[in-house]
Amino acid sequence: MTAIDPTAHLTAEQIEELGRELDAIRDEVIASRGEKDAAYIRKVISAQRKLELASRAVLLFSIFPPAWLIGTAGLSVAKIMDNMEIGHNVLHGQWDWMRDPKIHSSTWDWDHVSPSEQWKHSHNELHHKYTNVIGKDNDLGYGIMRVDEDQKWHPIHLGQPLWNFINACFFEYGIAAYDLELGKNLHKRRRKNPEFRARAKAVGRKIRKQVLKDYVIHPLLSGPSFLTTLAATFTANLVRNLWSHSVIMCGHFPEGVAVFERRSINGETRGQWYLRQMMGSANISGSKAMHFMTGNLSHQIEHHLFPDLPSNRYAEVAVKVRALFEKYELEYVTGPLPKQVFSAWRKVFRLSLPNKKPKVKTPDREKELVAA
Amino acid sequence: MVTTPLLPSDYLDLFSPLRAGADLRGRIEAVHRETPDAATVVIRPGKDWRGHRAGQYVRIGVDVDGVRLWRAYSVTSPTSRQDGRITITVKAIPDGKVSNYLVRRAKPGTVIQLDQATGDFVLPATKPAKVLYLTAGSGITPAMGMLRDAQLDDVVMVHSAPRKEDVIFRNDLHDMVADESLRLVELHTDTDGMLDIARLGELVPDWAERETWACGPAGLLDAAEEHWARHGRSELLHTERFRPSVVVVGDGGEVTFSTTGKTVDADGATPLLDVGEEAGVLMPSGCRMGICFGCSTPLKAGAVRDLRTGEITEAEPGVLVQTCVSAAAGPCELER
Repeated sequence: MTAIDPTAHLTAEQIEELGRELDAIRDEVIASRGEKDAAYIRKVISAQRKLELASRAVLLFSIFPPAWLIGTAGLSVAKIMDNMEIGHNVLHGQWDWMRDPKIHSSTWDWDHVSPSEQWKHSHNELHHKYTNVIGKDNDLGYGIMRVDEDQKWHPIHLGQPLWNFINACFFEYGIAAYDLELGKNLHKRRRKNPEFRARAKAVGRKIRKQVLKDYVIHPLLSGPSFLTTLAATFTANLVRNLWSHSVIMCGHFPEGVAVFERRSINGETRGQWYLRQMMGSANISGSKAMHFMTGNLSHQIEHHLFPDLPSNRYAEVAVKVRALFEKYELEYVTGPLPKQVFSAWRKVFRLSLPNKKPKVKTPDREKELVAA
Repeated sequence: MVTTPLLPSDYLDLFSPLRAGADLRGRIEAVHRETPDAATVVIRPGKDWRGHRAGQYVRIGVDVDGVRLWRAYSVTSPTSRQDGRITITVKAIPDGKVSNYLVRRAKPGTVIQLDQATGDFVLPATKPAKVLYLTAGSGITPAMGMLRDAQLDDVVMVHSAPRKEDVIFRNDLHDMVADESLRLVELHTDTDGMLDIARLGELVPDWAERETWACGPAGLLDAAEEHWARHGRSELLHTERFRPSVVVVGDGGEVTFSTTGKTVDADGATPLLDVGEEAGVLMPSGCRMGICFGCSTPLKAGAVRDLRTGEITEAEPGVLVQTCVSAAAGPCELER
């Protein structure tokens, strides 16, 4: 993929012009943010809370199969809403402009085992800045998978379809471990670092609270429905994990998405940064309900261009962004969820096996990859 | 535990935002037009409202175009009001986001944020024998709160407004005049010209014997303070300002908000509160004129200048600065 540069036909001047056009789209949305947007997020938060309350109430009688089904479905949707359309986007600061301390990136916490502070660092500061840069953006394969032909193959990659499936099932724990940079920090020397220990403790506390709520208190309150409620909350967490993992895989893994070398971002301009986001992300097409349930990450390209614009505005932004893709003759990677999930999984399988050395190769780059 | 990571109150707020134990809020129940650009807003405060003293103000937070903005307004209803509601009276000022919203767009049913009433521009516990209210424009609002609250024997009001139709509470005032509970000197500055404070004696011969509450534009208050001081009567004068009085501009600098990790360049004239809000930092705020201390924020490094006095405050452990009347004086760091 990196062998052919999909942006080679653009001049430096064109790239900067593209950047200015994107800035104009952003400014337009910022100037028109207002009451309707605020009403939207408040409505979504209120609906999520009511749905969660109602579903948990129904689950108190989960010993009856219809109650189990309805309650589990409702709780799964509520958890997905909490993580995707609400949590992810609030933690991005998309709603900070409202100056409401109850809906603010600095105060928000979500139904997730990774504490919001740590997630904000690894996601907002690292992934969004270094999107798809090998060795810099750990979201690329989450440090456990090989996601580009250029990455060196190791026998451990043979297992990556399995790692990916396990990660999907326990995605929130995967994210927490990833936010902790567990792989790196478990080395003997780093393990005792007080900063790491403090963060690990915070994760421990968060896990304890989440587990207590979902697997102890709620089942206990269900009395005779103890076991069925336990199964229900476990199922809801599993559904949420599989769903969010699938959506997120579609953001950067499908075929057609570009990855970048570490050196390529030295001295990157605003226009080049935008271009990297455009080429490094992929969308999911579908209905309004689909966009909502993905937390509008179905508009991944638009989200990566403008991570802090309110999610309800990505749909209108997408029309303009897509027109720019056409104007500058760039490929807008998008497709229905099943197609994109399949494409991403196919890549995971394909790259679990070694491939021919890529055509373009520079020795010092190899060194960097090893160091990463 | 049951509701982690939320609090039970996050759920209760969905159903009962005004309940006891909730963050203090209020519900707008009516908006009455007073003049072409002023309105009285009737608010049902939440259960934890502790009441007010006549003349005090209340901070309210309203969402204007989706953005939470806080301002302070005088309470204009009497403390004896039986139905538990309070009123504030607001004059729309040009480009005033909150005042224009409250006067022209606020709808009954809207829930707003509230703070407990505060301020020391109030009547003393022992009622003074003779009182003068010296007011102009919307400066009449705290005086109206006092007028409605206490039955005093001898009250004079000297009130200025551009035209007759701009006089807020004009009907109420004339009702009071009719039952002889008030002597009113009503000045229309468009036709009568501005009040010359030196000639106050012609309007109110015994002004120097009266305990006086003055509220209005800075020009009026500055003149009043000078006048009362010249006659050695300063202890009888109480003033309330709606804006910081003196503006001293110095050099700006780079402002770091350490908690959020944001850094922005600020000039020497913009209050740090505005700088932070523009940068998307969640800044506490209140009166925005340096009196309520609702915006106090730890200054961790560098120096700030008080826009009212020019006084420089340098960072030390435990130093809090009022961000609404402080600007950067060189690089500085606030804990937000």
